[in-house]
Order: sequence, then structure tokens, then C-alpha cells
Amino acid sequence: MNLFSLSATFPRALAALTLACAALAPAARAVTPAEQLAGYTAQAGAPASPARGQQLFTNKHGGEWSCSSCHGAVPIQAGKHASTGKTIGAMAPAFNPERFTDPAKTEKWFRRNCKDVLSRECTAGEKADVLSWLMTLKP
Amino acid sequence: MPYPLHTRIGRLALALLAASGFALPALPVLADGNGRMVPLTPKYKEECSACHVAYPPSLMPAASWNRIMNNLPNHFGTDASLDPATVKELSGWINAHAGTYKRVREEPPQDRITRTAWFIHKHDEVSAATWKRASIKSASNCIACHTTADKGDFNEDNVRIPR
Repeated sequence: MNLFSLSATFPRALAALTLACAALAPAARAVTPAEQLAGYTAQAGAPASPARGQQLFTNKHGGEWSCSSCHGAVPIQAGKHASTGKTIGAMAPAFNPERFTDPAKTEKWFRRNCKDVLSRECTAGEKADVLSWLMTLKP
Repeated sequence: MPYPLHTRIGRLALALLAASGFALPALPVLADGNGRMVPLTPKYKEECSACHVAYPPSLMPAASWNRIMNNLPNHFGTDASLDPATVKELSGWINAHAGTYKRVREEPPQDRITRTAWFIHKHDEVSAATWKRASIKSASNCIACHTTADKGDFNEDNVRIPR
């Protein structure tokens, strides 16, 4: 191995190590909504559509509930659980900085709530659409 | 011998602890029926009070709670599924603190706290119209009237029935 290839290998090894560390970091690693949107968009392999996201969020999809049933039609303020009445904080990140900062939590609630509303899990594309719409809501 | 020895010793230790007053800073509550108010763990609060108030495990027997914990994807009409590790952790804690007091030993219909004989008896002065108020909505909405229910405190002194 000559000196040139060693110097070229080192940064790559460092990058790989950094990635490995990130993967091993605690599940509660904080991220930004934009990073999560980028993740879902990459998984979907297509750009997100805020308009489609709003449609998904407010439509009942033939069932009893829409996302809006608990979160409100435009979730920039606290919502109310449709059956228990418990207060639910605003969903739009600009109005609630905790939102979409914990990937495990985001996945947990998409899984549960998509099953409640659509009777199935949402696709990465659908999650990207919803999140992109929520991110357009600004004070 | 009704219970294995270690269980009996454990119960004796708990009884002594309770009798000593150590676990009773305020003795407010229906608590776990044994006179102790069990502090809710942060994990229990986080996972079990996202959609409703964190019901103290002491309000139903372990058999009822175990059916609930084994069927979280179909949780009273909604999907409350959790990852297996979290289910195991919470179930362990719930089992350790589930109701054993004689009135709570009964498994209520549909594993609903609101269907237990003691719940119905305790609330028999609340009219049907009161339960239906928009500010209350459901008998499961403890905190509508029990203003400190989120802390596991159901002391009658803290009851305020909203209009």
C-alpha cells in the first residue's frame, strides 16, 4: 500500500466508523423534522407532496376517523382525542418544537394512527407527504 | 401453604413498609387498595398516558391487565401497539403493582375499570346526564373530575365536577 492510497483510505474508514457509531447511538437520538422528511422521501424515491399530505390527513378513507378527528383540520393548536377527550399537543413542528425529533416516536405513532384511520400502515411516501404538509404550516 | 414462601415474605415486607408509614407521604387515595399510593414510573406515564390518564395498575387484577397488554394492537378500538421490549418492561411493573385487595380482585367485564363493582358503587351518585357532559364525555376520563388523577391521586378532596 503506497502512501497515497493510505491517505485516501483513512478518511473513508473514519467516515465508516462515524456512521457505525451513529447507528449504535441510543434510539432516542434527536433529529430535525427536515431530516426525517429527507429520510422518508429517500425511502419513497419520489418528492413529497404537501397537498397530498393534507388530503390524507383530513380524509376519513371510508372509516370512522381521520387524522383530523383527534388533531384538528389544521393541526397548529392542541387537539382532543376523539374517544378519551385527552388533549394532544399541536402536530405542526413550527407550533410544537418536540414534534418529529425522535424517529422511534414518529414511527410508533404513524404505525398506530395509520392503522386506526386507514386500517393499514402508511407507506414512506405517505409519511413524507403528511410531514411535508405539516412543515408548510407556519405562524 | 397458599403462596410460596418468598412471595409471603415479599408481602410481609410490603405490609411492614406500608405500616411504617414510609410509603405513605399523604395517604390520599384509593391507591392500590392496600393503602399505598404507588408512584407511576416515567415509562408507564409516557406510554400509558399519551391518550388517556395513566390508570394506576392497582385498579384491576393482573389477569385483566395481562389481557390488555397482550392485545395492544386492538386496544378499546384503537391501535396502541408497542415494541416487544417495552411491552415486557411495562407488563412486569404492572404485574408487580396490580390490584390484590379483595374488592379489586374481581376481573371486570371487558377488562374495563369502569365496569368493576367498586367503581360503579363509588360513582352511584353521579347522574347519567352528568357523565354525558361535553366536559366529561366518558367515565374513563378520570381527570375531568379527579383533578389529580394524572398523579395517581384519587382523593375525594380533589374532585371538582365540571359544568
